[in-house]
Amino acid sequence: MHIVVCIKQVPDSAQIRVHPVTNTIMRQGVPTIINPFDLFSLEEALRMRDAHGGEVTVLTMGPPMASDSLRKALTFGADRGVLLTDRFFAGSDTLATSFALSAAIEKIGKVYGKADVIFAGKQTIDGDTAQVGPGIAKRLDLLQLTYVAKIAAVDPSAREITVERRAEGGTQVLQTRLPCLVTMLEGSNEIRRGTLNDALRAARAEIVTWNAADAGIEDLTKCGLRGSPTVVKRVFAPTARQERATIIGEAGDNARDLADGLIATLFARKPALEPALVASGCAA
Amino acid sequence: MTEEAKKPAAPAGGRAGMKKELPEHFKSYRHVWVAIELERGQVHPVSYELLGCGRRLADKLGVQLAGAVIGPPGEATWHAVAETFAYGADMVYLVEDPVLKDYRNQPYSKALTELVNTYQPEILLLGATTLGRDLAGSVATTLRTGLTADCTELDVDDDKSLAATRPTFGGSLLCTIYTLNYRPQMATVRPRVMAMPERQERPVGRVIQHKLSMVEEDIVTKVLSFIPDGQSSKVNLAYADIVVAGGLGLGAAENFQLVRNLASTLGAEYGCSRPVVQKGWMPSERQIGQTGKTIRPKLYIAAGISGAIQHRVGVEGADLIVAINTNPNAPIFDFAHIGLVTDAVRLLPALTEAFVRRLSPHNRDKLAS
Repeated sequence: MHIVVCIKQVPDSAQIRVHPVTNTIMRQGVPTIINPFDLFSLEEALRMRDAHGGEVTVLTMGPPMASDSLRKALTFGADRGVLLTDRFFAGSDTLATSFALSAAIEKIGKVYGKADVIFAGKQTIDGDTAQVGPGIAKRLDLLQLTYVAKIAAVDPSAREITVERRAEGGTQVLQTRLPCLVTMLEGSNEIRRGTLNDALRAARAEIVTWNAADAGIEDLTKCGLRGSPTVVKRVFAPTARQERATIIGEAGDNARDLADGLIATLFARKPALEPALVASGCAA
Repeated sequence: MTEEAKKPAAPAGGRAGMKKELPEHFKSYRHVWVAIELERGQVHPVSYELLGCGRRLADKLGVQLAGAVIGPPGEATWHAVAETFAYGADMVYLVEDPVLKDYRNQPYSKALTELVNTYQPEILLLGATTLGRDLAGSVATTLRTGLTADCTELDVDDDKSLAATRPTFGGSLLCTIYTLNYRPQMATVRPRVMAMPERQERPVGRVIQHKLSMVEEDIVTKVLSFIPDGQSSKVNLAYADIVVAGGLGLGAAENFQLVRNLASTLGAEYGCSRPVVQKGWMPSERQIGQTGKTIRPKLYIAAGISGAIQHRVGVEGADLIVAINTNPNAPIFDFAHIGLVTDAVRLLPALTEAFVRRLSPHNRDKLAS
């Protein structure tokens, strides 16, 4: 089996701060991490390889420093890292990103063998769109299985895969053919620590680095800003509401008085709440 | 090959994306559409919320509002058609076919793509659900058009372009995104971000039926079974009338029992902020905020939640927000309506008791006599 995993290096959003005066993002010194959702897909890819043999190739598109994320993926046990980097990719929206990544996946297929399964993260924590996975699938004319909670079975010889997919109100059990694209649901597994051997190998490994031409991309109008139908026109801070919360109670009040004070204020503000709660049998 | 020769030639011209003149072949694209999410006979409420928003956009553009209903032949699908009219659509584009019994990407994306190519809407809205996001990404890629995810506000600009506003950088900022040179302009919106419109009994409007050129043998993916969520594991945060949530201020995972106790007393759903999920104290389906659920309850009680902007965008639609936090400067007091500067761990049990006292029918009878 050849499994390709698409990952993204993202700023650790928990550490992003907005400049209080200029309302701009302060990126300096913000550490980068592998998009956390991608790790569930990476782990599933490694499990699939461990069970059925083969190789895991990890692919990312980004600036040269994104190779750090690939190296990290190698320490978890991935076999190969491919970095797609070119200034022509700058400003890509999800459509342009899926174009570039799908071209690189085709090239990976030519150089290292055709992929049987392609994994992508459910979504990223910076863009949050969940569009790149389905975009790649459509570009490569592959079947897609998104929001997968569990890979129930893979049969490489019959070219079949069965998964449990999260849907609204329940779980779909789906069976489809390989090759296909899968995005894993968060919490579906836990990324392994990787062995000492993996760490040593990762430290020495050469990251395969391709530019647009290397990836076989001829039409640069499909890349970057030019290949992106969406245009960001305005970035702004959310407007603050005028009045602050009405603070109930004094510092020394005991919990019981505070609680009674809150309930009185609550039902004074929203008198309809109380009969509705009683009618619904609350606190009965 | 030299490095220089390997590099493709730089694209000619400037930033095509900024061009304002719409290509000729897109000029016939008109009307606002909402893709109605119909799964196992049920319309997802987000579709009605989108019809409310779509109505506003269509009126502003002076065009019609249509629902795209895709489903299996039968009563449930026609019920969805009727409801689409009841929530404001002028017309419905309908694809009915047995292969559309369960949601599968292949037939659904083909059906919606065919509808768009045939009837050419200028705006196409979908719910940002597991179904909507799966479908929207495929359709937008096939159509090579722009798709803006998880919008919190949709409007029409002076030049009639769709202005799609969404949180960016984890919710710290908002950005407004346009799809200038391509049609349709596509956007997804999460459940509960838009208000539910009034349902009105309306005579059924115009239904345009479209035949799907696909048979079961064409579809590779098979649905082997569907396991519905058990009543107990069903988390209905988005549509709950009352939500009680806890944050890191609760100090420890076991203190979430206090949140659950209050929630069960009030018949409420319970949730949490993102750091709580990251700590592993609560499962991600309980997360409220930008990367979790958007809620719109009548009453929201936030215990030990500081109120980062990511959380704020998820709860702003609540009618009444009560915040409990030890830090009087916590940002949550900037958008809560009622605040208590105290330790939630201390207050929650007292609050649960006080609600029991106040709401117990037995007690009420006693008080009345």
